[in-house]
Amino acid sequence: MRVGMPRGLMFYKYYPFWQAYLDSLDVELVVSERTNKKILDLGLEAAENEFCLPLKVFYGHALSLKDKADALLIPRLVSVHKKEFTCPKMLGLPDLIHALEGRVPPVISPKIDVRKNTRGYYRELMGLGKRFDGKNRRIVSAILAGRRAQIEYEKKLIAGMTPPEALEGDTRETTKQELTIGLVGHSYNIYDSYITLDLIKRLRRAGAKVLVPENISPETIDAESRDLPKRLFWTYEKEIVGSAFHWMKSEAVSGVIYVLAFACGPDSFIQSVIEDKSRSLGNVPVMSLVIDEHSTEGGMITRLEAFIDMLKRRDHAACNASHG
Amino acid sequence: MRLATPHMGSLYDLLADLFSRMGVDYHDTPRTTERTVNLGVKYSPEFACLPLKITVGNFVEALETGADTLLMIGGIGPCRFGYYAEIQKRVLKEAGYGFDFITLEPPKVGWINFISTIKQMAPGCSVYSIYRHIRDCFRKAQVLDMLEKKWLELAAYDETPGDTTKAYAAAQEIVKRVTRPEELADAQHDAFSIMDGVRRDHDRKPLRIGIIGEFYLLLEPFFKFDIEPWLIKRGVSVDRGVYLTDWIGPTTKNPVAGMSAGEIEIAADPYLKHTVGGDGLASIGHAVHYAKEGFDGIVHLLPFTCMPDTIAKALLVNVSEDYGIPVLSMIVDEQTGKAGVHTRLEAFLDLMANRRRSWTRT
Repeated sequence: MRVGMPRGLMFYKYYPFWQAYLDSLDVELVVSERTNKKILDLGLEAAENEFCLPLKVFYGHALSLKDKADALLIPRLVSVHKKEFTCPKMLGLPDLIHALEGRVPPVISPKIDVRKNTRGYYRELMGLGKRFDGKNRRIVSAILAGRRAQIEYEKKLIAGMTPPEALEGDTRETTKQELTIGLVGHSYNIYDSYITLDLIKRLRRAGAKVLVPENISPETIDAESRDLPKRLFWTYEKEIVGSAFHWMKSEAVSGVIYVLAFACGPDSFIQSVIEDKSRSLGNVPVMSLVIDEHSTEGGMITRLEAFIDMLKRRDHAACNASHG
Repeated sequence: MRLATPHMGSLYDLLADLFSRMGVDYHDTPRTTERTVNLGVKYSPEFACLPLKITVGNFVEALETGADTLLMIGGIGPCRFGYYAEIQKRVLKEAGYGFDFITLEPPKVGWINFISTIKQMAPGCSVYSIYRHIRDCFRKAQVLDMLEKKWLELAAYDETPGDTTKAYAAAQEIVKRVTRPEELADAQHDAFSIMDGVRRDHDRKPLRIGIIGEFYLLLEPFFKFDIEPWLIKRGVSVDRGVYLTDWIGPTTKNPVAGMSAGEIEIAADPYLKHTVGGDGLASIGHAVHYAKEGFDGIVHLLPFTCMPDTIAKALLVNVSEDYGIPVLSMIVDEQTGKAGVHTRLEAFLDLMANRRRSWTRT
């Protein structure tokens, strides 16, 4: 049996777990290609016009797996952290793809919900293993293998790799690094080089060292996000806010670039949270970069260049001031 | 302390009633108008959803007219609504207003917190008397909701068009006048007998439309664009999925709309198997219900960028195909105008009437 996994939304977060888990159960895992024009067009045609761009892209990935897999694995991620949620679209994602019946393989959707406890989570993984004819012991060892792979992967990220480097073997061009930029945003936006128009590569070419939220430990993120008067109930948004706060407070970066998708609900709120913080601290500038399917290279390059020039000037000025 | 809340349809009447009993100074915030919308849009984050912008506008107008304490409900997600209070606070401070802000977190977050927040607003009342006041006002509002439901459904059967609408206004007056709980039962009886006293032709087969969607749009007249009276004038019998007391009520039974959360889940199951926050699941559940009941069409209202109801919109396409029922999804934002909405409804009515004719011919 070949199980397909769309290379979108939560792919860059949890792929190593699913890969190792399915591999231990002798299930072949087929992943869709990296986002390209064909995939985006497929998604734009099938998805609601009002959806955010990453969801439209996900539609494209799912549709592109039509004849390549016998089933699609699309977990229903309700909650990945105690008392928190993911995003409404993750809750309804399997149903949305299922509604394309006939144009996509059947959808398998284990429910991941650890809002109250982890019991249901293990039950779902055991149930999923049974569908692939696993014996109990084998499924348990598959879950363990999955967790090991996931921990291994997260270690690499904390050590400074970006998810595409750790997963897809992307390499870094070595350039001279004049400044450090913190890049925040959802993993499905910032690591999809097609929809962000090669943002990370562009920043590096311009002489920036790029830090990403995945480089920061969950403990730090939890501690930083406690700064808010009301706890955020979205896990991934908490990561974004936590890492932005961390960099701003420790002045580990010269500037923060926040990539948000047009029509993204949570993004629209935390944008104001992050910009507020930057204003009140007054030491690290933030640029919000809104992406949608109409984003063009020209517009983005102009804004990036202006932002980076501004940061470099600030750094020089600060440097001169300290030398007296 | 002069307390103000945002507007959401008849919520103001309920709270004014409640706070006057509790001895809280409740501010008469100006109703939502074009100006409210403009103020809200000016101060709110650009990509925020419409209800946030409007509630910010309400708060600005409340502060301008003399309120000093703002009250807002909290929440636990995953819908953005749960974080409204935080954003409103930030936005209004940024705009330079001074105020106290009270966030009433739902009992799910913690009962003690819930009760102490209410006590903070009305220091003179005992917990039991607060409970009694809430219960009494709530029951009254529930009767008003039941009257509204009846009006929407029955006005299309009038022998003299407009009679039910007149009776509805008179019945509302009777219930609104009630101040003591023991009077409510009599008032309810009188109100319903006025409604039932209208001469109706029950052999008539009017078009029947179910209205579903996001609760704020369905409850706030300014953003409903008066579509209900508009439809009634054209002889349509209307049913709605959301009523105020169902939405703020303590149970999930939804006694006014008549479909409990459990029934909604079962009805929606073939299309959506999990709640998606907001009213996404309820929209699907009600749509399936209306389709099975043989309604002629469904009108679905949602704010632009509202993810839960956009998910519902995508899945309603399948409901519509499976049951052969037309669905009109209308996305509302601050630019949406009444004329545009009415034009689309007019076309929708024609479509439904044509479908009926083609059935009777074959």
